[in-house]
Amino acid sequence: MFDYETLKLIWWLLVGVLLVGFAVMDGHDMGMGALLPFVAKSDSERRVLINSVAPHWDGNQVWFITAGGAIFAAWPLVYATAFSGLYFALMAVLWAMFFRPVGFDFRSKVADPRWRTAWDWGLFVGSAIPALLFGVAFGNVLLGVPFHYDDTMRSSYTGTFWALLNPFSLLAGLLSLSMIAFHGANYLIVRTEGVIQQRASRAALICGGLMVVVFAVCGVLVANISGYVLISGPAAGVMQSPLDKVVEMQAGAWFGNFAKMPLLWIIPALGFIGALAGMFFAAKLKGVFAFVSSSVAMLGVIFTAGIAMFPFVLPSSSMPAHSLTAWDCVSSQRTLGIMFWVALIMTPIVIAYTGWAYRIMRGKITVAHIEANDHSLY
Amino acid sequence: MIDPAAVDLARLQFAITALYHFIFVPLTLGLTFLLVIMETVYVMTGKQIYRDMTKFWGKLFGINFALGVTTGLTMEFQFGTNWAYYSHYVGDIFGAPLAIEGLLAFFLESTFVGLFFFGWDRLSKVGHLTVTCLVAIGSNLSAVLILIANGWMQNPVGAEFNPVTMRMEMTSFWDLVFNPAAQAKFVHTVSSGYVTASVFVLGISSWYLLKGRDLEFARRSFRIAAAFGLASALSVVVLGDESGYAVTEHQKTKLAAMEGMWKTEEAPAGLTVFGIPDEANRTNHAEVKIPYLLGLIATRSNDTVLPGIDQLEVTLKKRIESGIIAVAALERMRKNKADVEAAELFSAHKVDMGYGLLLKKYTEDVTQATPEMLMQAVGDAIPPVAPLFWSFRIMVALGIAFIALFAIAFWSSAKNSFEKKPWLLRWALWFIPMPWIATQVGWIVAEVGRQPWTVHGVLPTHLSVSSVTSGEVMLSLAGFFTFYTLLLVAELYLMFKYARLGPSSLGTGAYHFESSGGMTKGAVSAPVPKKEY
Repeated sequence: MFDYETLKLIWWLLVGVLLVGFAVMDGHDMGMGALLPFVAKSDSERRVLINSVAPHWDGNQVWFITAGGAIFAAWPLVYATAFSGLYFALMAVLWAMFFRPVGFDFRSKVADPRWRTAWDWGLFVGSAIPALLFGVAFGNVLLGVPFHYDDTMRSSYTGTFWALLNPFSLLAGLLSLSMIAFHGANYLIVRTEGVIQQRASRAALICGGLMVVVFAVCGVLVANISGYVLISGPAAGVMQSPLDKVVEMQAGAWFGNFAKMPLLWIIPALGFIGALAGMFFAAKLKGVFAFVSSSVAMLGVIFTAGIAMFPFVLPSSSMPAHSLTAWDCVSSQRTLGIMFWVALIMTPIVIAYTGWAYRIMRGKITVAHIEANDHSLY
Repeated sequence: MIDPAAVDLARLQFAITALYHFIFVPLTLGLTFLLVIMETVYVMTGKQIYRDMTKFWGKLFGINFALGVTTGLTMEFQFGTNWAYYSHYVGDIFGAPLAIEGLLAFFLESTFVGLFFFGWDRLSKVGHLTVTCLVAIGSNLSAVLILIANGWMQNPVGAEFNPVTMRMEMTSFWDLVFNPAAQAKFVHTVSSGYVTASVFVLGISSWYLLKGRDLEFARRSFRIAAAFGLASALSVVVLGDESGYAVTEHQKTKLAAMEGMWKTEEAPAGLTVFGIPDEANRTNHAEVKIPYLLGLIATRSNDTVLPGIDQLEVTLKKRIESGIIAVAALERMRKNKADVEAAELFSAHKVDMGYGLLLKKYTEDVTQATPEMLMQAVGDAIPPVAPLFWSFRIMVALGIAFIALFAIAFWSSAKNSFEKKPWLLRWALWFIPMPWIATQVGWIVAEVGRQPWTVHGVLPTHLSVSSVTSGEVMLSLAGFFTFYTLLLVAELYLMFKYARLGPSSLGTGAYHFESSGGMTKGAVSAPVPKKEY
């Protein structure tokens, strides 16, 4: 078995992997939804887009649910503090996401164009709003969120919903929206042909380009904002409460880990290289390569944010000493150990049968195919 | 200080969103197995009509499933939004089954449900049947795991309080998984889902039979639903009894409230079949009682005394007094880690700490609690009698009615006489809403009966909430209410539309509305091409 410190580190990595899994899997059908009004022009074309993810969106959404569950099990304090603090941000994500399952399933069951248009907007909102807000949340976490604990570990959040919509966080939101739309466009290049594929390719170039620029600008801004530094506290491997440490805020501190271990610059580099490679392949209509590239780009971006903050996972701007780190927000050693084995065994199995499902359903979706299977498709 | 209005609103929000989610869950649990049965017959006999049955009932399943997925999202995150202190306090134990549910059950169900709908032409017959089975297994596995989580709230085993981290921590994963409260609940809950789906299929098929349309299709669906429904309805009651037995062991207060047992009776206690509980005078009016029966069912012995509310209150008072010592000792320990005396006091009284926390509703410093506060806390610790008493009786009465319905339906389908019994067909049709009433009141018994705790004996409900204002909870509640109403309207519209269309919605050209006469409304079932059978 692993010692507590190793388990805590493994779970930091696993949460990151789950978030990347979510971005890669749910990201491409969310990207499809965000591009729905722009890439598809007629009802049949919209059905082509929707049916390209029809057999898969539900399985993909489980990445979101599992990431939530894993954070509950492994980082209960993050689950409790973040979701009660960022209350209406999470509500907005949930309410927007309500329109996805019903949008997909209900849309084509009635022929009335008003009904279909309404659900098309539902799918757009249900995809674009969460994609935007995930980035806004990350942006706010990088800035620090105003919360503190009392002696019984009851958390209080002292900010407002509107304060979350600050310029830096909105820019981070634009980053996540553009990268998810980019990824969705690359997926559409794989699954469509002709004029739809052409439009998807153009969308990939626009969104990919936007992603590269915004990622660079965010990097410059992060160099100037105040990061957090762990001055002293219990050793990483010790069972501890988040109330036992000393934390300081320092400008540019989020670059500290990269300065200490220059090898880590590979991670943000992956963000740029993946995005540029994705654009290259998207222009050449090489969908699979473009999809893999944008997946790598998202891995680069998500882990760049994670590494910048490490070991912090939820810094507190109002009471920096109460910030949550990968050492003190975690479950007990027993729970982390059990959940590690569950994740280690189940994740490859899930990935294997998901891959099989995509293989079974592979191939181009065409307008002709949609019109020939009016009763059985979305 | 916690805003009491926020506590009530958070409870209301949880009750509404959980009960709403549970409109869709039971049908999913049961329909997946009915789809497996229909498709198995198709694979074994090769008869096209069973493929059409799987596809048509699968369409209705899909309409229902979409809302199950949607409303499940809310449940996953609500512990964090409205119940943050609960999430911190028990996340070490409670989070595990939720995360495992995602990895083990949801992925399975959700990945293969896509292939169920869209893989018909891309998979072999056996391949597609396997996919359908995996959807059924996935949805039932998720019920196992969520009931392990819920069972732990009813009977918190395998966990201990850690004063350093100020929370409960897991001491045994296997105790959590094999919690007897969870096992009994699981079988009772999934079989109630099977009953729900059976009544649904039986009722809609009966409507086609009454209308004289799609007869071959409806007859076969009726027979399958009758057989599966009878087995399920019997298992609900048998395992409901098992679940009742678990209640007596772990939650005597719930049983006493459910049964309106104001006073302790000599063993074995009588079972109150009917009565009107009067909370003010602590008695039941117009009581009809069967002697000895409750004692025999609940304790499986004739000499174990079941404590009534009077006796439970004496025990509760003692535990609250002991809990005060534990809470006070913990506060001393957190101020001064070297306080050995406090540590000893704490470990001697920590099993009662939750009871001491009940007083936090009335005073910050529990050692200053007045005798009146103590009595109020004792009163709180007994769940409300009337709602439990009535909910339980409605559930049991419906359970018996399901057995009667399915027994007659099964007998008639064995005798091939159900089409000659319009009263039976009408009964089945009008009974469609009943399983939903039974499952909803069933949850009310389980969860109102757990009050005043979120985790029985460990964490009181009023301490479990987030530090959010009542205005915030009100606003989110209004949001859920609006979205859920809109979605329910859309869902019911589609459900009725497709149930009316019947198998013609598959567009095979073989069914009512689409035969030679086109959109005729005649009473004659569509002629089906013979070779397809």
